[in-house]
Amino acid sequence: METISAEVLPSEVLPAEGLLGLSWLLIALPLAGAAVLLLGGRRTDRWGHLLGTATVVGAFLLAVLCTFSLADVEGRSVDVDLFTFISTGELDVRAGLLYDPLSAVFVLLITGVGSLIHVYSIGYMAHDPARRRFFAYLNLFVAAMLLLVLGNSFVALYVGWEGVGLASYLLIAFWYTRPAAATAAKKAFIMNRVGDVGLALAIFIMFAQLGTTSYAGVLGSAGTLAGGTLTAIGLLLLLGACGKSGQFPLQAWLPDAMEGPTPVSALIHAATMVTAGVYLIARSAPIYDETPTARTVVLAVGAITLLIGAIAGCAFDDIKKVLAYSTVSQIGYMFLAVGLGPAGYVAGLAHLLTHGFFKAGLFLGAGSVMHAMDDSVDMRRFGGLWRKLPITFATFGLGYLALIGFPFLSGFYTKDAIIEAALDRDDAWGWVLGGVAVLGAGLTAFYMTRLMLMTFFGRARWEDGVHPHESPTVMTAPMVVLSLGSIGAGFLLVQAFPLADWLEPVFGEEAEAAHVVAPLTVGLVVTGVMLLGVLAAWLFVGRREVPVTAPVRVSPVTRAARNALYADTINESLVMRPGQWLTRALVWVDNRGVDGAVNGLAAGLGGSSSRLGRTQTGFVRSYALGMLGGAVLVAGALLAVTSG
Amino acid sequence: MTLTYYLVLAAILFTIGAVGVLVRRNAIVVFMCVELMLNAVNLTLITFARSTGTVDGQIIALFVMVVAAAEVVIGLAIIMSIYRTRRSASVDDANLLKY
Repeated sequence: METISAEVLPSEVLPAEGLLGLSWLLIALPLAGAAVLLLGGRRTDRWGHLLGTATVVGAFLLAVLCTFSLADVEGRSVDVDLFTFISTGELDVRAGLLYDPLSAVFVLLITGVGSLIHVYSIGYMAHDPARRRFFAYLNLFVAAMLLLVLGNSFVALYVGWEGVGLASYLLIAFWYTRPAAATAAKKAFIMNRVGDVGLALAIFIMFAQLGTTSYAGVLGSAGTLAGGTLTAIGLLLLLGACGKSGQFPLQAWLPDAMEGPTPVSALIHAATMVTAGVYLIARSAPIYDETPTARTVVLAVGAITLLIGAIAGCAFDDIKKVLAYSTVSQIGYMFLAVGLGPAGYVAGLAHLLTHGFFKAGLFLGAGSVMHAMDDSVDMRRFGGLWRKLPITFATFGLGYLALIGFPFLSGFYTKDAIIEAALDRDDAWGWVLGGVAVLGAGLTAFYMTRLMLMTFFGRARWEDGVHPHESPTVMTAPMVVLSLGSIGAGFLLVQAFPLADWLEPVFGEEAEAAHVVAPLTVGLVVTGVMLLGVLAAWLFVGRREVPVTAPVRVSPVTRAARNALYADTINESLVMRPGQWLTRALVWVDNRGVDGAVNGLAAGLGGSSSRLGRTQTGFVRSYALGMLGGAVLVAGALLAVTSG
Repeated sequence: MTLTYYLVLAAILFTIGAVGVLVRRNAIVVFMCVELMLNAVNLTLITFARSTGTVDGQIIALFVMVVAAAEVVIGLAIIMSIYRTRRSASVDDANLLKY
């Protein structure tokens, strides 16, 4: 059998030189921070948070410099070869980094938003006795996430993938003495495991079919694979992406993950980790280009999830859960975009970046509100906070406007781009997907306006003894920076410095789209639907008094939305209960069948030996009879043999 | 001269000894019956030694007598100690070594 060289780099990827050769420091810095904080123990309590923040800020500065030097490189892609990771037989995995425009934007997002959230956490976690542990886990997360986006093979991606899963688990269960947090962490971990099995199987198929797992080797020769194999790889990768990104049917863990501290929700469960699935699908673009079936499934997953998230977001009273379902829904938009193929990759990634800004900002704002309201998350007990928390209100409001796609803010540009790309398919699917996306935009406007009205406007419904106060500067400063991103990121990425040009080496030149519907018309329609959503929210929520306890007599639609469209019920009845039955049956078989055979054998041997022991009567004469009988038998046998 | 008489006599003696071992309870009698069986074997050995004109059988018979003498010493000592502890020389009473 011909051995295929494991690492075939296409000629256009240059080896890294100069500063880019040091890009492994991006991962090493936060990893070293995590190691020092975890191994240093209590000695590092006093300055641990500063070290943790410094490593990530350092990584951010390095990432900026690297990105500038990458812009000057021919082909804008460099390969950083590090060391042999796995070498066994035909499998030869080199640990190396691929620094290309796609990983560069992710590195900037992760380290940039990560730095801001580290700074915010200094204030948010100031009174937590385990603050050092928190920063250690955050650093671990940043390191794993950077490995995920920088690795140059699917195996490196998988290592980072599991690393962020671990960090996510540790951080959701950060307050592990709370049963809800511990359960949510386990739920997140197990549901992620379902997706990870898909990713692992996809990597196995790649190696079995191509003998390599590197991006260069796999993506370069994706066209040579049989159609069925490609579809299998595509669907398995999608399963992995669904698990990590909280997409249908594995979306139920993400809202529960809000049990973790709010900065974790902002960084991991809104801005970065949950977008890893989008990264995976964008990175595997050459595979999906060859398999329309898998691509259609990606589209369907995105469309279904964006509606599920938006509908569930309308019904919850927990401010973080609403934002979490909003995240689920927005990542649905991104999946929809990358499922559209070459027309949508850039739109999806642009939305990912702007979403990273405004959703992180919204979560930090929610954290600031919780900080003011004694860690309450019940929006029914908020209200009228805009006067007490002016900075939080302003930054949260900008994030809100960006999310609902208010004209000329971030979300407006990137969400419109996705809807346009969907309509540009120019077939029935395009109209369905475009319609779903527009409907989702209306629902987004509704639930976010509801959140704003219940939190910041109306009569104060605070519980007794709550005295809201604005957060310290160390917390508000990151919120201000992120709100600036909410204002300008969309314009910068779509109009001023188009992301499409920067990503051209990865996805190829963008064909000039033949617009089915004029972009202006799309913009007007989306804005109109958005205003309808806002109006509806004002009619249903803003005009009336908000009851402090949720109404019990509600329509079936509301009840379904409050139960997140029964996702947990479905999971429990389809997976959990049959699983429990299976384990019970297996335990029964084990106890009765396997243990029964072993114990029965032992009991049989014991019983027969004790019965045999009864022949040892202690009577000498019966022994003598036995000996005589034996001797007679032996003699008789000898006689029979010799004479016969 | 024929061997048959000697062998038949030896067989009779052996049978008497064997039956005695099996049916008598008194340890001394059992002991004597064992001696009877040994001597029946000795008789056979010497009979065959005479008929073949060799001394092998006689030598083995001497060995048997030596072993029998040693056995008597040990055996009688055991019987004595059993009798002293139990006030009985019945082999059926000494049956503690069992399951």
